[in-house]
Amino acid sequence: MRLDVKKTYKLFIDGAFPRSESGRSYEIKNWRGAFIANPAQASRKDLRDSVLAAKNAHPGWSNATAFNRGQILYRIAEMLEGRTSQFIDEIVATTGVTSSAAKQEVAAAIDLWVWYAGWCDKITSVSGNNNPIAGPYYNFTIPESLGVIGIIAEEKESLLGLVRSLAPVIAGGNTSVIIASQSRPLAAITLAEVLATSDLPAGVVNILTGIKTELAPWLASHMEIDGLDVSGIDNVAELRKSGAENLKRIHAFEKDVSPERIFTFMEFKTIWHPVGI
Amino acid sequence: MTNLFEYAPAPESRSVVKIEKDYDLFIGGKFVSASSKKRLATINPATEEILSKVALADSKDVDRAVRAARAALNKSWARTKPKERAKYLYRIARILQERAREFAVLESLDNGKPIRESRDVDIPLAAAHFFYHAGWADKLEFAGFGNRPRPYGVVGQIIPWNFPLLMLSWKIAPALATGNTVVLKPAETTPLTALLFAEVCQQAGLPDGVVNIITGDGTTGAALINHKDIDKVAFTGSTEVGKLIARSIAERGIPATLELGGKGANVVFDDAPIDEAVEGIVNGIFFNQGHVCCAGSRLLLQENIADEFLLRLKERMARIRVGDPLDKNTDLGAINSSTQLAKIREISDTGSKEGATLWSAPCSLPTKGFWYPPAIFTGVTQAHRIAREEIFGPILSILNFRTPQEAMEKANNTPYGLSAGLWTEKGSKILWAAQQLKAGVIWANTFNKFDPASPFGGYKESGWGREGGRHGLAAYLKTGGANS
Repeated sequence: MRLDVKKTYKLFIDGAFPRSESGRSYEIKNWRGAFIANPAQASRKDLRDSVLAAKNAHPGWSNATAFNRGQILYRIAEMLEGRTSQFIDEIVATTGVTSSAAKQEVAAAIDLWVWYAGWCDKITSVSGNNNPIAGPYYNFTIPESLGVIGIIAEEKESLLGLVRSLAPVIAGGNTSVIIASQSRPLAAITLAEVLATSDLPAGVVNILTGIKTELAPWLASHMEIDGLDVSGIDNVAELRKSGAENLKRIHAFEKDVSPERIFTFMEFKTIWHPVGI
Repeated sequence: MTNLFEYAPAPESRSVVKIEKDYDLFIGGKFVSASSKKRLATINPATEEILSKVALADSKDVDRAVRAARAALNKSWARTKPKERAKYLYRIARILQERAREFAVLESLDNGKPIRESRDVDIPLAAAHFFYHAGWADKLEFAGFGNRPRPYGVVGQIIPWNFPLLMLSWKIAPALATGNTVVLKPAETTPLTALLFAEVCQQAGLPDGVVNIITGDGTTGAALINHKDIDKVAFTGSTEVGKLIARSIAERGIPATLELGGKGANVVFDDAPIDEAVEGIVNGIFFNQGHVCCAGSRLLLQENIADEFLLRLKERMARIRVGDPLDKNTDLGAINSSTQLAKIREISDTGSKEGATLWSAPCSLPTKGFWYPPAIFTGVTQAHRIAREEIFGPILSILNFRTPQEAMEKANNTPYGLSAGLWTEKGSKILWAAQQLKAGVIWANTFNKFDPASPFGGYKESGWGREGGRHGLAAYLKTGGANS
């Protein structure tokens, strides 16, 4: 009998797959309590490196054409589709759900990427507008990406929950630093492999695995992070307090799928110009 | 030379407005005395004369006001049909127009701003804000926020002293149009037009408790923000207080709209229309004594035109008429309070100490009241406090740049992101620069323009959310899945 080759689950920072600089890892068990893997346990330094990567990736990603972003998000769906069975295996292993339930989750995640891919070049049309002001001025409002968004991913639906948070954030031109599901981090790291092969520029998405309560406060207090999706963590009051230092836009979402999730992490810019000869 | 430009005084009459000796709190549709029994004097900053004494609301009064707003929400306002809500707002807009002169005089008396501004900007815009939002009240499901937009409920609102009635309208008009009820606290130094507005609500027959106005100081504001039964907060004021508010609502997780400070860059390229630009720079920083969160308080000049531009700017500044706010010729009125004047002096002192050069327009200032002449600092670097901190007074910090890229870097080198100005005749440069600037409002070849249909609000530490336009409605509507 052939012995299978197991994967080392590492972090995803600036397009590369490093171990934690701290040298730490933690053990993941399946729903029966048997060992599965030792993913990296990210440190504060890993988080800061990720923020830097996301910050540096932001000008390029936010200035990419909406068409281009849409193409890349669709490419992510394509890559994910091709890896369906791997995700099903990982979801089954970590949660113990039936393989058909896992298949549904993966299918929903793929479809969500397709849905948000289509949004990329419609966001401005739907959320921006001309404003009929009372004077000889041309005046219009357009959405722009907010910047670097920290995402604390949903704990249970480790793939679909992550995609629900991530897809709208990058569809809007933001870059991101993600703290993956702590107990079920495998799908997040495998998603990183999908992202790395989808023409997504390095640094647009950075994924950390580790202890949420350890990492989240650093995410909330980091001055280069502009917004936080805290859907995947309880007790957000302290995060909101430290996020107030640079007035981060902090939001938690239900499981809804809506363009509001895109608009929430966008800024609206209004431009005036006189009309005349 | 100055004699050429001296005008005979043309004072507006203050007899058009009747100011009571004292005012109570407006709660549940009536004026009621405060449980604190304390009063605050509000003065005319141009003369230091006491205009009136207003009640200081304490936490018990705040509680009464929130209860009144809650009762109104449940009993009358939630049951008022949207098209009827609209008509109340139209009524308010019309009454503000009818009583515009009265409001303008009262605003200038209490605030110190020139009558020309209160008459031509503050009051007409305030009325327009109600008129604009009135129309939204029965069309919310078509505003693009899903088909089931709902009000939050009771909104606690705190407004600043720089545009008292206008800020009131920015807060109350959208809140009411979307079906919320409000408790509003005007600024400590400028409560009078808000109290006159209470009378407008009565004249409009607005159901009792839909609008509650509680006067007081910072403790009143804190009690309002910390009240457990408010569903949303809306605040305009300093970034410092905005952050305090964000922290104090963190436990409850209620949403907030914050319109905070700014350090707006006004960028003049070498291909700018110079006369218009000079006029725009002057308007950008000296409008309303520089008490404007979106003021163009940093002038970025392309270095090859800097010398000529400075000369013309100084010439123009020498013609700014400083003095009696009620004089229709006045361009620059009084600084709103002695506290604010002290702040302006403190930070302008650091400008000189840190090595920048101060030039003030030659003008005589009245002996009584709080005054500061229009001033500029040259030789400013990005490290200077006068280039980084909001002065909120008639002081312009001037920096130079060589390339457009450098201008954008300097313009964005601030934690604020409220406004920016661009001056160039080249269309493609305007659009390029407008893309680069991290600011919520960009005025190209104009500055300090406002309209109810135009969203206003900041990037970064200039705040959360927008006010005005379609986007401003979102601040007062639950629009779907977002918890906050």
